Amino acid sequence: MKVLILGSGALKIGEAGEFDYSGSQAIKALKEEGVETVLVNPNIATIQTSEALADRIYFLPVTPQFVAQVIERERPDAIALSFGGQTALNCGLALEREGTLKKYGVAVLGTPVRTIEETEDRALFTARLAEIGVEVPRSAAAQTIDEAVALAKDIGYPVMARVAYALGGLGSGYCADEAQLRERVAKGLAHSPQVLIEEYLVGWKEIEYEVVRDRFDNCIVVCNMENLDPMGIHTGESIVVAPSQTLTNREYHRLRSIAIRTVRHLGVVGECNIQFALCPRTGRYRAIEVNARLSRSSALASKATGYPLAFVAAKLGLGHGLTELANAITGATRACFEPALDYVVVKAPRWDLQKFRGAAQTIGSSMKSVGEVMAIGRGFEEALQKALRMLGVPGATFADEDIDRLLREPTPERIHVAAEALRRGYTLERINELSHIDRWFLQKLQHIVRIEQRLKAQVSRETLLEAKRAGFSDAQIAALSDSSVEKIRETREAAGIVPRVKQIDTLAGEYPAQTNYLYLTYNGEEDDIAAGDLEKSVLVLGSGAYRIGSSVEFDWCAVNTVQALRRQGYKTLMLNHNPETVSTDYNECDRLYFDEISLETVLELYRRERPLGVVVSVGGQTPNNLALALANAGVRVLGTSAASIDTAEDRHKFSRLLDKLGIVQPAWKELKSEAGALEFARSVGYPVLVRPSYVLSGAAMGVAANDAELVRFLRRATDVSPVHPVVISKFLENARELEMDAVACNGELVVSAVSEHVENAGVHSGDATLVLPPQRTYLETVRRIRRISARIAAALKIHGPFNIQFLAKGNDVSVIECNLRASRSFPFVSKVLRVNFIDVAAAVMMGRPVPVHNGSATDLEYVGVKAPQFSFTRLEGADPVLGVEMASTGEVGCLGDDFEEAFLKALISVGFRLPVRKVLLSTGPIADKAAFLESAHTLRAMGVELYATEGTAAFLAANDIPAMLLHWPTDARSPNTLEYLERRAFDLVINIPKHSGEEELANDYLIRRKAADFGIPLITNIQLAQRFVEAISKKGLGELQIKSWQEYAPHGAPTRPLQASSEEKELRPAA
Amino acid sequence: MKANLILEDGSRYAGHPLGFPKSVSGEVVFNTGMVGYTEALTDPSYSGQIMVLTYPLVGNYGVPPAFESGKIHAAGLVVAELATEYSHADAQKSLPQWLHGERIPCITGIDTRALTKRLRSRGCMLGKIVVGDEDVEFSDPNQRNLVAGVSRPEKEIFEGKGKTVVVVDCGAKGSIIEELRARGLRVIRVPWDYDFLEEDFDALCVSNGPGDPTACKATIANLERAMRLERPIMGICLGNQLLALAAGAQTYKLKFGHRGHNQPCVEQGTGRCFITSQNHGYAVDEGTLPAGWHPWFRNANDGSNEGLRHGSKPFLSVQFHPEAAPGPVDCNYLFDQFVEMMR
Repeated sequence: MKVLILGSGALKIGEAGEFDYSGSQAIKALKEEGVETVLVNPNIATIQTSEALADRIYFLPVTPQFVAQVIERERPDAIALSFGGQTALNCGLALEREGTLKKYGVAVLGTPVRTIEETEDRALFTARLAEIGVEVPRSAAAQTIDEAVALAKDIGYPVMARVAYALGGLGSGYCADEAQLRERVAKGLAHSPQVLIEEYLVGWKEIEYEVVRDRFDNCIVVCNMENLDPMGIHTGESIVVAPSQTLTNREYHRLRSIAIRTVRHLGVVGECNIQFALCPRTGRYRAIEVNARLSRSSALASKATGYPLAFVAAKLGLGHGLTELANAITGATRACFEPALDYVVVKAPRWDLQKFRGAAQTIGSSMKSVGEVMAIGRGFEEALQKALRMLGVPGATFADEDIDRLLREPTPERIHVAAEALRRGYTLERINELSHIDRWFLQKLQHIVRIEQRLKAQVSRETLLEAKRAGFSDAQIAALSDSSVEKIRETREAAGIVPRVKQIDTLAGEYPAQTNYLYLTYNGEEDDIAAGDLEKSVLVLGSGAYRIGSSVEFDWCAVNTVQALRRQGYKTLMLNHNPETVSTDYNECDRLYFDEISLETVLELYRRERPLGVVVSVGGQTPNNLALALANAGVRVLGTSAASIDTAEDRHKFSRLLDKLGIVQPAWKELKSEAGALEFARSVGYPVLVRPSYVLSGAAMGVAANDAELVRFLRRATDVSPVHPVVISKFLENARELEMDAVACNGELVVSAVSEHVENAGVHSGDATLVLPPQRTYLETVRRIRRISARIAAALKIHGPFNIQFLAKGNDVSVIECNLRASRSFPFVSKVLRVNFIDVAAAVMMGRPVPVHNGSATDLEYVGVKAPQFSFTRLEGADPVLGVEMASTGEVGCLGDDFEEAFLKALISVGFRLPVRKVLLSTGPIADKAAFLESAHTLRAMGVELYATEGTAAFLAANDIPAMLLHWPTDARSPNTLEYLERRAFDLVINIPKHSGEEELANDYLIRRKAADFGIPLITNIQLAQRFVEAISKKGLGELQIKSWQEYAPHGAPTRPLQASSEEKELRPAA
Repeated sequence: MKANLILEDGSRYAGHPLGFPKSVSGEVVFNTGMVGYTEALTDPSYSGQIMVLTYPLVGNYGVPPAFESGKIHAAGLVVAELATEYSHADAQKSLPQWLHGERIPCITGIDTRALTKRLRSRGCMLGKIVVGDEDVEFSDPNQRNLVAGVSRPEKEIFEGKGKTVVVVDCGAKGSIIEELRARGLRVIRVPWDYDFLEEDFDALCVSNGPGDPTACKATIANLERAMRLERPIMGICLGNQLLALAAGAQTYKLKFGHRGHNQPCVEQGTGRCFITSQNHGYAVDEGTLPAGWHPWFRNANDGSNEGLRHGSKPFLSVQFHPEAAPGPVDCNYLFDQFVEMMR
C-alpha cells in the first residue's frame, strides 16, 4: 500500500510547527504498518522531510495543481489530508472537487471528505448539529456585504464576523456597529466565498475537547482544555490550561458527551477538536466549531497528556480499532482510554507584534501569535510562572491610567496587566468585569502577587518554599529580595528545597509506566526516577518558543543531534518546552525534560543527571545565550568553548578579533554616547547600521540614513538589552550578501556550504531568498569566503557548527557577523547537499571520527532555493516591507534543474501565483526604476498587462512601455490603486520603497497593506523583482518538474574520513 | 498545626490539616478522576475509606449541589492542594468549609503521586490521618459490615407511572434512583437485608455499596431466591458482585481497585470499548462463573471482570457505574436496556 501525505508548507501564523509533529507521527505510524509513504511538503526545515521518514519527498507547493501531478506520477492508493493543517485539508478538498482523487482511484484516509466539508462549511455544520439538537451560536452565512448587514440587524449588535475556510480565524472579528461590520466583511470576502455573522459570546468560558473515534464507532475524549482568556480571544492567542479547572463534573461530562455525540454524528474517523462556549452564569453552552483534522490544539493535547494523537489517528485511518492499539506510554494498557492527569499544564502564546511597524498591538478573535510554550507543574501558579518565563519576554510596566483599557482591550501583556492591577489594589471582581478572566485564575494570580510582597519583606525558609512551590525562579526571588541568584540558590539548597522529577504517564500513577517523559516540580516529595543512572548521557538544549528568527529549523537541528548521538551510542536527554516540536516527542530521546531552558533548570538537570556535557549550539539563540553562564557554573559545554562563543557574540570583541586577523569588516565603533555615535556616523558617512549585541532576528537593529534616525534606533537598542554594548557600523549599499554554514573540528573546517542571497545586503538574512550553490557570485568571492571562514574557525578554535555572514562587492569580501552555533539554514544546506551537517557536528562535539565533505557545491547538478514565508496578512496594520529587522515566520526550500525552476517552485510554495497576467508597478527611487526597466520590457514582451502609479507610469512611458496609470491611494481620483487592489485585479504587486529605513509615505504603505489584506502576492525588493520577472519569462508553470528529493540527490555529496586532525579522544565523563 | 497520613507499612506523609481537625483511620484508596469530588465524597461506597485524589488541585469549583447521598461517606480526604477560594456560580461554599461542616478531616500538601505509586505497588493499605497529637488505631473497614452502615434502614417508595423496580440499597447512589425514575419507573428502595420478595415488583436493581460483598449474606440469600422468579435484574458495582455470589461464583479483592473516570471496558462479542466511571475494590472471579453466566464486559487494562450476563435469563450486571456521577455518561444506555427487558 502506498499513501501520499500532504504537509502544511511553510510555517505561518496559524499554521506552524505542530504540523511537523503531526505529520512526522503519521509517517512513523504508517511505516510501522509497512505502508510506503510519499510526502509533499516544501518546508525543507522540517523533521518530516528528513531522510529516515517518508520513502519519497517532494519539495513542492501543497497546491491542487502540483499535488495532482504527484498523484499522477506516484499513483498512491490513499491520501492523508488531516496531518498538514488547513493547507492540506483545503488542497484535499480541491482535489476531490476537481475529480482528481476519483480519477486516480485515491482513497482518503480517515475522516471522509463529506465530513470535512460539513465541518468547514458553517451552514452545513449548523444544519448537521441541529439534527442532533446540539446548540450552536445563532449565525448565518453571508455572501455579500449587504446580506451580512441584514443578518447582523436580525441577530443584534454586537456580532462576530467569521471567515469560512480560514486558518486560525483569519480576518474574523468583533463588530460593534455596521461600519465595523462592513469593513470586516469586505476583507473576509476577499479570502473566502462566505462570511458568518454570529451571536456574540464574549466572556463565556472557552472549552475544547480532543476527540478520537475509530471506524467501529469507539469514541474517546483524550483531553479537555480551558482557555484562561475566555471567548472573544482566539484559542491560539489564549493562555490555555489542561485539564479544565473551573468546570464541575456535570459541566465537564455534559460537554464531553455532546462532543462525542457530535463526532459520531459527523462520522469523523481519526482525531478532531471541538470547541465550546460555556456561559459561566447560566451553564448554557454553544458548540463553536469542529476541526476534523489534527490541529494546534491536538498537538498541545498530545504533549499535555502523553497520548500520541496523530500517531493513533494515522492507525485509525488505516482501519485499525482503538482497542487493538497499545498505550504507547505505559506499554501495558490500551490506547482506548482517557488520560488522567496528575499535574497541570499551561500553554502560553508568544507574539512578536512589536517587530512590525504599524501592526495593531491588540489581540482578539484572529490569530497573531507566532509560537507557544507549555509548562507543567503540580500547581497552577507553578505552571503559569514557568510558562511566562519560557516566553522570554520581559514584563513591561504600565501606567495607572492604562490598566482599565488594557484589561478591556487585551494585548500580549494581558496577564501581566492583570497581575499589575492586583498589585495596585484592584479587586478580583473589577478585573473579572473588565477582562472576563475567571475569578479562579485571578485568585491564583493574587496568590503570586502576595508571595511577591512577602519576598520583598523577608525571605524565610517558609516563604522561600512557598515561593518555589508557586513557581518563582531563583532569579525572580533574588530580584524581589535584593539578593543575588547565587545567594538564593545557596540558601535554597541548604534548606533542602529542590525540585522533584515527575513522570507523565497518562494514568495518574495507576499503572506502572516505563515513561521517559518528565518535568520538574517543587510540589512533590519524591522523584519518580533515579538521578544520574544513565551512563554516557548528553543533555541537548532545544529552541524554546518559536518566534520570528527561531523556528522549526532549530527543532530539526536539535532532533538530528539527538538522533546522531543515539546512533553513536550515547544516552540523550532533551530539554525543551515547545509543544509544537518533534524534539518534545518522548520517543525521540532517552529522557525528555519538558521544562524551562534556563540556567537554573539546566544546572539542576546537570547536577541530577551528571551528563558528559551539554549541547548549546543546536537550539538557536536561546540555549546559545546560556553558554557562558553555564561554563562559569562549571558545566561542560560541548563543542566550541563558551569563551569563543562570547567572543563571536560580543560585536566589540568580535570586531577586535577581525581587526587582529586583518579580515575586512564594515567600519564600526562601539557606542559610548549619543554624541559619539553621531560623530562617528557622520565621519564614515550615512547610512549606518545600528546593532545591539546578542541580537536575534534584527531586534532593535536598523539602518539609519540621517542623524534623526540614528538617535531613534539608539534609544530602541538600549531598551532591548541595556547590559550589552551597541555597535554602529557603516552600511554598505549595493553589496551582495552570502552565508557560510559550516562545521569545524578543533578549528579546522570539515563541512561547509556557501549560499548567496538574491536580495542585496540590507534585507535580514532570515527574510532573504537563499540560493545554493551560488549562481551569480564569482568563484573567487566564494574562495575568499572559504579562506576567511577557515581563519576565523582557527582563531576561535571552533569545534562544532557555525555560520558567518558576508558582504561582497566585486570580489571584496567583508564579514558582518558570526554565530558559533547551528544556523537557520542548516537544514536547507544539509538537505540540498544531502550531507547532514548536524550529524557531522554531533560527531565533532563528541570527539568521534568525522566524515569530511569533499565535493564542491558547484558540482551539484541542481539548485536549491530557500524562500521566506511572511504572515503579514494576519498582522493587521503591519507594513509588509523587508528590512534589517526580520519579519518572516517561516520558509520553504525547493529544488530545480536550474535556478529559475527552484526559485519559482519556492515562490509558489509561499503564495505566489502563476501565470502572471496583470501587475501593479510602483518601483520607487529612480535608480530602482532604471534597474527594473529591462524587467518591465520583459513583462511587456510576455504580454503582461502593466499598471503603474504616477512616477513609475511616467518613467515607463518615457521608455516606450505602455502602462495604465492608477492614482495613489490618498488621491481621491479614479482609476485608483485601492479600487483595483480591493477587486484583486492583479496577480502581483511590485512596490519598491523609496528609502531603506525611512518611514514610508502613506501611499506606498497603503498599497502594500492592501495587497497583504487582499492576499495579492507582493514584492518589495528590486533584486527579487528582477529575478522573478526573469524566471517567469524563462519558465512556465508546466515546465516545473515533478521530481522527488531522492531523484535530484540520489546520493549524498562525496565524503572522506577526516585525517587525524581530531586528536582529542572520545569524551569521557567529567570527574 | 501539622497533620500526617500514616500507612500501615509505616510510611508517613506530612501535610497540613484542613477541613475538620480530627484524626481518622480507614482503608486508603486513590481515585484518578479529575472532577466530581462532591459526588465521590457522598458516594456511600467510599464508606470507611480515606480517599486520595490524584489530581492535585481540588475544590476549584467549590461545592455545587451535586450529591449522591445526604452526607459525606468517605472517612477522610487526602489532596495535594485544597482550594480555600473557589469560583463557580453553582457553588454554595468552599470544599474546606463543607468538609468542616461534615466533620470530615482533610490533609493537604501531600505528594499524592508518590502516595499513589506506593498504594499501587503495595496494594491498598490501612492508614490514618493524624491531626496534631490525636492518634487513632488502624482499623480495617472491610472487617465490618459496611453495607449495614450505609443502607437506609427504611423502605421508601418513589412514585412513577411505569413499572415497579425494587432497588436493593446497599449504599445506593442517588443517581441510580434518578436514572430509573427518569425512565418513568416506580422505585421502591429497600434496605440491604430487606425481604423484597414480599413486594410486588417487575424488576430488581441491586445497587453499589462499600466493602467486601461476602459480608452481605442476607442480600445474597434474597437474590438467590429472586433469580428463580426470572424477572429482570440489574446489578451495579457491588450489585454485580452480589449477583455473581448469588449465582454461585466467587469474588476476590483487587490489589488497589479501580477508582476513576477513565476505565476502558470492552464488551465481549462486539469488541466495543466504553470509557466508564468506577469505584470498587473487589471483583468477580470469572473462572468460578456457573453455567449459563457469561462475562459481558472486561477491563481493557487488566482484563478483570466488568460485567455479567445470563445466556437465557434477563439478568445483566456491570461492575462500573452507568449512572456515572461523577464521570463519563457513555454507558447510561444500560438503564434503557434494563427498561427494555421489562417489556
